[in-house]
Amino acid sequence: MSIENFIDNEVKGNQVVLFMKGSPQAPMCGFSAQVVQILDYLGVSYKGLNVLDSEELRQGVKSYSNWPTIPQLYVKGEFVGGCDIVREMFQAGELQSLLKEKGVPVKTPTPA
Amino acid sequence: MAMDAGEIERLIKARVPDAEVTIRDLAGDGDHYAATVIAESFRGKSRVQQHQIVYEALKGEMGGKLHALALQTGTPESKLA
Repeated sequence: MSIENFIDNEVKGNQVVLFMKGSPQAPMCGFSAQVVQILDYLGVSYKGLNVLDSEELRQGVKSYSNWPTIPQLYVKGEFVGGCDIVREMFQAGELQSLLKEKGVPVKTPTPA
Repeated sequence: MAMDAGEIERLIKARVPDAEVTIRDLAGDGDHYAATVIAESFRGKSRVQQHQIVYEALKGEMGGKLHALALQTGTPESKLA
């Protein structure tokens, strides 16, 4: 299977996929860690794929989305963005709306 | 190999002539920047498309020579924090 097919299968076969440096339990980059924190805060279940495990995957995902950096978040097969966009959308409440629209369960945080 | 802020601004403006570009050197090391790019020509484009245009302008330096560029894009009336 080519790397494009592998990536395509992953993003289409899982509701939410995050290509990142390190794992959700141990992010290896501050930008990846920020997206992990946001997803965890929203209680979203997702699959994390560590691009540091494979140079082919690292380059492959960049050409797949025509996006030069990691992390990359996909929801229901669609590329949502990297760290800056995900954070901006989260702060504006747009990420939560997008997830709900796509039928991904989001935990509504109880007010502090 | 770092990149200077003027060079980043020049590349962005060459691709997006109507852009208003603000660049901050976050760490003072010429390697970690935050850029805000506001352009009327971004209207009607998604955030992903707007960022892709800026990345394209940087001609592959992003993720290579330029390690970290925190990016915010928008149209003139969008409220950026």
